[in-house]
Amino acid sequence: MGSFIFKRSFQSILSLIFLVIVVFFLARMTGSPAMLYLPPEATQDQIDAYNALHGFDDPLIVQFGSFITGVFQGDFGNSLQYSRPALDMVLAAFPTTLALAAVTMPLVLLISIVTGALAAYHPGGVFDRLASLISLIGASMPNFWVAIVGVLVFAVTLNVLPTSGTGTWQHWVLPVAVLVLRPAGVLVQVMRTSMMTALSSVYVKAAKAKGVKARAIIFVHALRNSLLPVITVASDQAAGIVNGAVIVETVFGFPGIGKLMIDSVLMRDFAVIQAAILVTALAVFLINIIVDISYAFVDPRIRHS
Amino acid sequence: MLLSVRNLSIQFPSRAGLVRAVEDVSWDVNAGETLAILGESGSGKSVSASAVMNLIETPPAVIPQGQILFEGHDLLQADAETRRRINGKSISMIFQDPLAALNPVYPVGWQIAETMRVHGIAPDVAQARVIELLARVGISEPERRMKDYPHQFSGGQRQRIMIASAIALKPKLLIADEPTSALDVTVQARVLDLLKEIQAEDGMGMVLITHDLTVVERVADRVVVMQAGRIVESGTSAEVMRNPQHDYTRRLLDAIPGRAGFSDIAAGRPMLEVQSVSKIYGGLARQFARLRTQPVRAVDDVSFTMAKGETLGVVGESGSGKSTLARMILGLDDPTSGVIRFDGRAMQGQSEAEAYKMRRRVQFVFQDPTASLNPRMTVQQIIAEPWAIHPDVLPKSQWRTRVAELLEQVGLKPDHADRHPHQFSGGQRQRIAIARALALKPELIVCDEAVSALDVSVQAQVIDLLKDLRRDYGLSYVFVAHDLALVRDFATSVLVMYGGRIVEQGPVRDVYDNPQHDYTKALLRASGVIPQQAA
Repeated sequence: MGSFIFKRSFQSILSLIFLVIVVFFLARMTGSPAMLYLPPEATQDQIDAYNALHGFDDPLIVQFGSFITGVFQGDFGNSLQYSRPALDMVLAAFPTTLALAAVTMPLVLLISIVTGALAAYHPGGVFDRLASLISLIGASMPNFWVAIVGVLVFAVTLNVLPTSGTGTWQHWVLPVAVLVLRPAGVLVQVMRTSMMTALSSVYVKAAKAKGVKARAIIFVHALRNSLLPVITVASDQAAGIVNGAVIVETVFGFPGIGKLMIDSVLMRDFAVIQAAILVTALAVFLINIIVDISYAFVDPRIRHS
Repeated sequence: MLLSVRNLSIQFPSRAGLVRAVEDVSWDVNAGETLAILGESGSGKSVSASAVMNLIETPPAVIPQGQILFEGHDLLQADAETRRRINGKSISMIFQDPLAALNPVYPVGWQIAETMRVHGIAPDVAQARVIELLARVGISEPERRMKDYPHQFSGGQRQRIMIASAIALKPKLLIADEPTSALDVTVQARVLDLLKEIQAEDGMGMVLITHDLTVVERVADRVVVMQAGRIVESGTSAEVMRNPQHDYTRRLLDAIPGRAGFSDIAAGRPMLEVQSVSKIYGGLARQFARLRTQPVRAVDDVSFTMAKGETLGVVGESGSGKSTLARMILGLDDPTSGVIRFDGRAMQGQSEAEAYKMRRRVQFVFQDPTASLNPRMTVQQIIAEPWAIHPDVLPKSQWRTRVAELLEQVGLKPDHADRHPHQFSGGQRQRIAIARALALKPELIVCDEAVSALDVSVQAQVIDLLKDLRRDYGLSYVFVAHDLALVRDFATSVLVMYGGRIVEQGPVRDVYDNPQHDYTKALLRASGVIPQQAA
């Protein structure tokens, strides 16, 4: 187990390094920040001075070198827009996104495990068909569209929820609902399939032959086995919530890391982009570790390998 | 009468119409008696026993007629809760594959105790009984091992654990559905002995569902033979084995391997030379990740020579290294040390071009034709694929005709070419795999458990086909198998492997008639090729 996590960490560090390199150079391909931050009538001298001030006149490789040196000292540079340390801005925005994910993910798991298990119990029944249809719709609808229609229906037409912003619990309803929809749609299907596999397995037959009660067969014998594929897919979906957050936070004006990323990309605020992506990637890496550990917790075969 | 199944019919609706799984079936079993239900796959032999355990879901299945009388009460009329109380307590069941039948995520002790808990025994009492039960079925250190999970046991131990769970409440009847088919031959014998022993002590009735006549011969008092959902013959097992009445029973008996004459050795020039070959798994690559695993010597210093025209049987139990050896002969794995020569050339360290030429001469047939045939390809594409890889063998214009010829050669029809593998039975699929192996006109075919997954009568047909090909084309085979009787009928010489090493080798006649090594003797005894008392 220990060596397994060691190996995973090693792989993750490699991907982090790769990610940092790609983001650094991709961001610089969007153009010079000077064009955005200086007035259109700025002279070439003023542009040169601006670039020199922020080090943009150095060769790319030199800029990269000083960026990396900074990272190791915990310094991600300053935001061009706000002249604040980039890392501070990211860390200030991160808890909002984390809170969104922390509300979303348990809801997703609860909805999908319960719905999927019930659907699998009577495959082809009314509940199963209904659950399959709704989850399919949920999994296939684009986030941004659901978010906009949600605002239109619940905020503008019915006027029961706020359109955007934070403050009260009502502000959380639409963003969380939008974020839940897709992962729950996917996971209901995964749970349903794996529960059906578990229910048709020989060990379930053997349990019936032992005289185990129907409820214990579902909740003791089948459920734990059917969780394994769910955990795998759930970890993907958890990472996907960050993607969702970019859209949801932008639509609902939530001050999370997704909105911060979009704003910084639009403003060519390189330091903030880099810090935000690195922090997000670290979070995804942590999610993966947690998933690996919970995997081993559920399945003794992994614990012993 | 303990259990009496009367005029039972069970039907499953399917897209092709109603499948009559069992039709008007009657059998019964007394306390202390063993009834065998014998039949091949699809004969419906397990269906009536599953109905006894209430394992058949109705719907979708339909039970239009019949009774299952347990101590005089019809189980089919009883409600679900009554039947749950009978299951595991008065009637219990063990299954073919104990790894699948044990829940992978719970400790075995917990699973055995569960049988007792669900029938109202206090958890601490059940826990204490578990230790006794594990000791009874021959698991050493029961206090420690009860906390282990199914994957930490061997196949034989797992079946013992299933048995411990099944006998926990001293049931009156035990149903064993192919209890030994998934086990190695020496393990099979020990598990059957254990069942007989428990039966003698507890006096329970036993229903043994099997496809294996040697199992019937060894443990059953009476036998019913099933074919296509019906009982075609019944009687005491001695009677049925000695004097079968029905045609089908006679065919089954004739198909039992190990009773034909030996095949003669056609000595030719040496074709395959294996010189002190070893294969060790778990070397440097793992040490890099700081995993201190003991390296496994899958194949340990193996040497032999095989002549052209010879059929070399490689026998041994799981883990003996026989499949690893087969993979190395095919060039799918490289030996850690030693050298394999085919027709005088070393197979390792050849250039790409040389290896490419070599592959044409050595072909393969694997155990599971369902897995080794690509389900998305047609039979035509599967058999013609080797020609796509070796375009100089046959021009594309002739592919269709040649595939038709090959299909006829292996006993299939030319118009089967456009079907997909799932449209064939297991035996037919293995014929397709053989046709593919023949496509390049190889000199050597390596068969790794090529007929193990097939029913005994189908097995006999496939072996006959391989014999015909040997006679007509002078093919040589390396025939890896765990079934010693089958090797006796087909091979000309034999290697007995144990723990990666060859313990005995020689012409089949010598090894079978006069085994030298104790392990060979034990194997032969367990597989019923030589009588229990001899050797």
